[in-house]
Amino acid sequence: MSEQQHASAKHHITGFVLSLLLTFAALFLALNTPLSVGLKLTVIIVLAVFQMLVQLVYFMHVTEGSKIYQIISFSYGIFVAVCVVAGSIWLMLLNGMSMY
Amino acid sequence: MASSSVPKGTPNFPEYQTEEGRLKIFGFWVFLAAEVVLFSTLFATYLVLADRTAGGPTGKELFEVKDFMIETMLLLTSSFTCGLAVLEMRKGNKKGVFIWMIATLAMGLGFLGMEISEFVAYVHEGATLQTSAFLSGFFVLVGTHGAHVTLGVVWISLVLTQVAKRGLTPMTCRKLFIGGLYWHFLDVVWIFIFTAVYLTGLI
Repeated sequence: MSEQQHASAKHHITGFVLSLLLTFAALFLALNTPLSVGLKLTVIIVLAVFQMLVQLVYFMHVTEGSKIYQIISFSYGIFVAVCVVAGSIWLMLLNGMSMY
Repeated sequence: MASSSVPKGTPNFPEYQTEEGRLKIFGFWVFLAAEVVLFSTLFATYLVLADRTAGGPTGKELFEVKDFMIETMLLLTSSFTCGLAVLEMRKGNKKGVFIWMIATLAMGLGFLGMEISEFVAYVHEGATLQTSAFLSGFFVLVGTHGAHVTLGVVWISLVLTQVAKRGLTPMTCRKLFIGGLYWHFLDVVWIFIFTAVYLTGLI
């Protein structure tokens, strides 16, 4: 049991280090690199998604308990969120440009 | 404690030992999914209106890298200490729970203090909720997150007073665990605010 607990303290430290690395990587990429705006946005969004997965797996223990039901419920929330955000941007900014 | 009614594969932690505990934890995940959708509508509104500054200040003029990085570090670190508190809870170490949870709440309050002073500074610079569609979207999105953090601090403080009185029972452990889920979730939302509002505003 103490072995398992030791492993899980390590697990949390790994999660914390990963989340710090992802945050500073996003900051550095956004402010100090000569990449194009589109590329920067894509990369920081990908980093944010990884950051979310780190929180879910390392801190929120999404893989415990009613594992499969938790993952399905939360994923459905994410699916609706992506539709709302991407759909709004597509409709209002990309597709609706000619309206203004 | 683990009775024969505990399904196979259930983690051997106090918060999962009763059927009520298991159901309430699952129910909280469903609630978090609804919160994801709530925040998505605010993100969609903000992102669509982010360029509508109506002659008022833009994100580039307002956002200070140092300030939002300190806010981000406070929340990320508090999410980590909150995780450690849940670990201590599973070891049955009440003192450890208090140390890490109080550290978590202190960082949460630090975050709120930073955010309130940030909002006050913006208003003094003439950037209010009424200035432009960009700022309406900004204050509603970031303010809703701040209101959630405030609620989280109050809620977890109340759960801690219950732990102080009743000790680490399957019931108080379940409440601590769910409070922890809420706190980590607020960090997830902040990561997207950090990315979609602050970093995107500066690019």
